[in-house]
Amino acid sequence: MTQGEAGLGALSAVCAFVFVFVAAKAADSAFAFHAMLFAAFSLWACFAIFNRYFSRPAELPPQEIDGRPNYNMGPIKFASAIAMFWGIAGFTVGLIIACQLAWPALNFDLPWISFGRLRPLHTSAVIFAFGGNVLIASSFYVVQKTCRVRLAGDLAPWFVVLGYNFFILVAGTGYLLGVTQSKEYAEPEWYADLWLTIVWVVYLLVFLVTVIKRKEPHIFVANWFFLAFIVTIAVLHLGNNPGLPVSFVGSKSYIAWGGVQDAMFQWWYGHNAVGFFLTAGFLAIMYYFVPKRCDRPIYSYRLSIIHFWALIFLYIWAGPHHLHYTALSDWAQTLGMTFSIMLWMPSWGGMINGLLTLSGAWDKLRTDPVLRMLVVSVAFYGMSTFEGPMMSIKVVNSLSHYTDWTIGHVHSGALGWVGFVSFGALYCLVPWLWNKKQLYSLKLVNWHFWISTLGIVLYISAMWVSGIMQGLMWRAYTALGFLEYSFIETVEAMHPFYVIRAAGGALFVIGSLIMAYNLWMTVRVGEEEVMSPVALQPAE
Amino acid sequence: MSVWARHQVFEKNSIILVVGILLVIAIGGLVEITPLFYLKSTIEKVEGMRPYTPLELAGRNIYIREGCYLCHSQMVRPLRDEVERYGHYSLAAESMYDHPFQWGSKRTGPDLARVGGKYSDEWHVTHLKNPRAIVPQSIMPGYPFLAETELNAESIADHLRTNRTIGVPYSDEQIANAIADLKAQADPDNAGTDAFNKRYPKAVVRNFDNKGGNPTEMDALVAYLQMLGTLVDFKLYNEKANLR
Repeated sequence: MTQGEAGLGALSAVCAFVFVFVAAKAADSAFAFHAMLFAAFSLWACFAIFNRYFSRPAELPPQEIDGRPNYNMGPIKFASAIAMFWGIAGFTVGLIIACQLAWPALNFDLPWISFGRLRPLHTSAVIFAFGGNVLIASSFYVVQKTCRVRLAGDLAPWFVVLGYNFFILVAGTGYLLGVTQSKEYAEPEWYADLWLTIVWVVYLLVFLVTVIKRKEPHIFVANWFFLAFIVTIAVLHLGNNPGLPVSFVGSKSYIAWGGVQDAMFQWWYGHNAVGFFLTAGFLAIMYYFVPKRCDRPIYSYRLSIIHFWALIFLYIWAGPHHLHYTALSDWAQTLGMTFSIMLWMPSWGGMINGLLTLSGAWDKLRTDPVLRMLVVSVAFYGMSTFEGPMMSIKVVNSLSHYTDWTIGHVHSGALGWVGFVSFGALYCLVPWLWNKKQLYSLKLVNWHFWISTLGIVLYISAMWVSGIMQGLMWRAYTALGFLEYSFIETVEAMHPFYVIRAAGGALFVIGSLIMAYNLWMTVRVGEEEVMSPVALQPAE
Repeated sequence: MSVWARHQVFEKNSIILVVGILLVIAIGGLVEITPLFYLKSTIEKVEGMRPYTPLELAGRNIYIREGCYLCHSQMVRPLRDEVERYGHYSLAAESMYDHPFQWGSKRTGPDLARVGGKYSDEWHVTHLKNPRAIVPQSIMPGYPFLAETELNAESIADHLRTNRTIGVPYSDEQIANAIADLKAQADPDNAGTDAFNKRYPKAVVRNFDNKGGNPTEMDALVAYLQMLGTLVDFKLYNEKANLR
């Protein structure tokens, strides 16, 4: 038995007992439920570790087999599969809350499924559960392949993958029970935050140690972006979440920051969750999967260097554009706006680098719907990263802020960019991971592509119209100088667009179901890839 | 050596790359956030701000629990239509005791920064139970269960104490009498209302949900809503002195 197995096994056994005790002492029922969840997870982990020990060969898997790295694909398979599951769950909850806005009776007057509790469930499920698992899967895959070594650690990669998904479970059930600290995209309470911190540090270590023991002299571009994503998310998480629990056996805590400082911390975090989780991480996916899929080198290596440093330097300043015209000091708002506009340049630099990678291979868009998905995602990235800087200009923001325009903007990035680049990556990864020659059906990918694209177009155009209309109605004056519309008249006017938006969301859900079927069939009945017995010869 | 060749130090050393990333991402945050803790102009000088009463704080926690902030902002911007629709634009001082802040980011429903005193308690109770009973076109969820649920007030003193630790100026007396104050504010016949009003001057004492017995979650939420935006005395507020 390795030290890791013995240590972690014993630790989880101890934790199981401690958490049962904590559950018995809990100050509120939600905390008791979560303590029991922690106990069950610890008990299961203990069992799984010993079960693995008794069923595995005496030797741990070798680092290399016949001079080739023995890649560790198990945790990646798990993360890819569960990403698909969370994706469908998250999109479906999104559809439900879209319908609740169109038909409020769907809230059923029940606390657990009212809009206010389901909305964080939706955002967390799509960003952290779906997106996060795609990022963990692709980062673990890319770092092994581009460093030509086996993933660092034996139990550690599994700890990251399972621990992260357990965090999702705690966070998600918490929202339904009303456990939230109300900071957008950072709603989980203090104990879930602490658990995520542990998981994230192990994630950083696994990734970094794999990079350190690489066989290639250079660290591949995608790994810079993955590193920036992992490191910065750690900093943001620690900066935004310090708080003091009312009781160490209760769920409620109060954030250490107050009022205007808390607002600034929150949007420094919130915007860079977009910048580093939803952008840098997925740009890493772009830098590996687009060249790989179209079999061309990255368009410009130098552009990727500029892109990388400019992007991470500028992004971190952009937070205050979420607080235009608020009680935040003007100097901070102006800084936020200035840097947001500058951010347009590195964003488009990255887009150009991704798109021009297809130079000489554009014809593949006609025949390969997976590549088309990846390329269209980059195009959506370009569109949202133009729209974003525009909306961060104060006068534009005075109209767009608080309206559905923001929601439309977010979804053109989330569905178009993050969604499509993730779908593309999963369509590539699944046949690679399960050793299949190709996907079960490219035709179904094509259907997925067009249905989802139609859904996105319906979604974002409905939100543009409803958002701009609402913004204009709020500030409309009659000839006599009175406000023309009451607030409720603007709500009423948005109804048709909420219905269209829900229809767009439904199409997106249908697309993801087609995808899940396709991937499932790929794994089940896809033709095995026969490994070539002859090692590739280096060029002479 | 060209810049591109120099950059190889990052491409070949993972630790240097990590340190580089940390330095580059630290700058923006440090420049934008740190001054907010020491620049005096960040929070205006105002008269009338006080910490939340125990009942209001409990109501605020229900507001957070139900995710009200996802559809209602609490931040009136200094724009003509907003000031006319909602009232004086919001000041940083008005949320200085807010942990966390509730400015919000979306107005699916109207801003609530100054909703206090605009409607009667009865309006709020009816509206929260079934919004469409009062505003037929409303798309807000109904919260009838708030009126049925007794407020869990046992640990309210711990809540005040936790707030004091992170900087909200609650006095020992306010913490010691937290439960009594919570009950007194929702019951005008309570013997403790005078003492309550000494501890929280100008706080409103009413039976918010118009039901007997212990305070409900509805009492707490309505008490919180009725206080919103009413604390700062704008007759005494010197706009010129606080120009930033």
